[in-house]
Amino acid sequence: MTKLAQWLCGLALLGTAWATLALDPLGLHLPLPCRQVLWPFPVYLLVAFGCYSLATIGYRLSTFNDCEAAAKELQEQIREARADLSRRGLKF
Amino acid sequence: MAAASRNRARDKYSVLLPTYNERENLPLIVWLLVRSFQESGSNFEIIVIDDGSPDGTREVAEQLEKIYGSDKILLRPRAKKLGLGTAYIHGMQHATGNFIIIMDADLSHHPKFIPEFIRKQKEGNFDIVSGTRYKGNGGVYGWDLKRKIISRGANFVTQVLLRPGASDLTGSFRLYRKEVLQKLMEKCVSKGYVFQMEMIVRARQLGYTIGEVPISFVDRVYGESKLGGNEIVSFLKGLLTLFATT
Repeated sequence: MTKLAQWLCGLALLGTAWATLALDPLGLHLPLPCRQVLWPFPVYLLVAFGCYSLATIGYRLSTFNDCEAAAKELQEQIREARADLSRRGLKF
Repeated sequence: MAAASRNRARDKYSVLLPTYNERENLPLIVWLLVRSFQESGSNFEIIVIDDGSPDGTREVAEQLEKIYGSDKILLRPRAKKLGLGTAYIHGMQHATGNFIIIMDADLSHHPKFIPEFIRKQKEGNFDIVSGTRYKGNGGVYGWDLKRKIISRGANFVTQVLLRPGASDLTGSFRLYRKEVLQKLMEKCVSKGYVFQMEMIVRARQLGYTIGEVPISFVDRVYGESKLGGNEIVSFLKGLLTLFATT
């Protein structure tokens, strides 16, 4: 199954569950407060996912390492390499 | 056990270096590679695949071949720029190692991590070891905030959509078992950033194991780094194609 199909399956499952409870075609007669919570549920889900995404990206962005030391070390090694290669007769 | 250690002693690592106008960087990366391998004592060869660079990369490579010997530096040039995927295929045909290391020749990938790749591979007997900028001590140097946001955002979307089981999909610093890379090259059709991503996704599909090593990515010291609107659009296209087809 492709990732797209997996997503569609998951969404269809959630959607059906939500429609069954919220639109009540079976006549379950859930109490009104329950249905009031159920109605905007997809919107809640979307907002929650959006918040989660932004928080995750924000957190990872703030913990993204700046490798200053690695860059400095590389510059030193470049000098070393140039000197050594010139000694061995390389013409840059 | 005896067979395993004998195999270990025979392990050979072929580094593929596709180059285009890297005359400044090539001697430096080769020097760093040789030093890293000599320190770790591994058997190695470096295969330089130059795509007809007009800046004289090939002449520099020939000098390096003289300095280090033609058993260590193998020149396998091509007449013109033919793309990364075919460069790997071309280089692999001449590789005598049982492991292939793929990296950029522009010094953004430091050879000092290769011994860690090798250790990681042995530790879990992995088919692939991928360098990652997004885990542990990994990171980048020389990126502004915008570039970091794009990178982190793209990585998040990719993780959500593809759940690939590896944290750095667009990186190109990796170690492969030779036969695994051969198999993957037959399957992968994308180009650019997407190509690296497809390799990991297909590897997962085929049931190959992937280990990860945090790396520091130092953006191009010489020459220009490229990330434009075109790259982003083709990345998204590729991502959606993989999403719908794998």
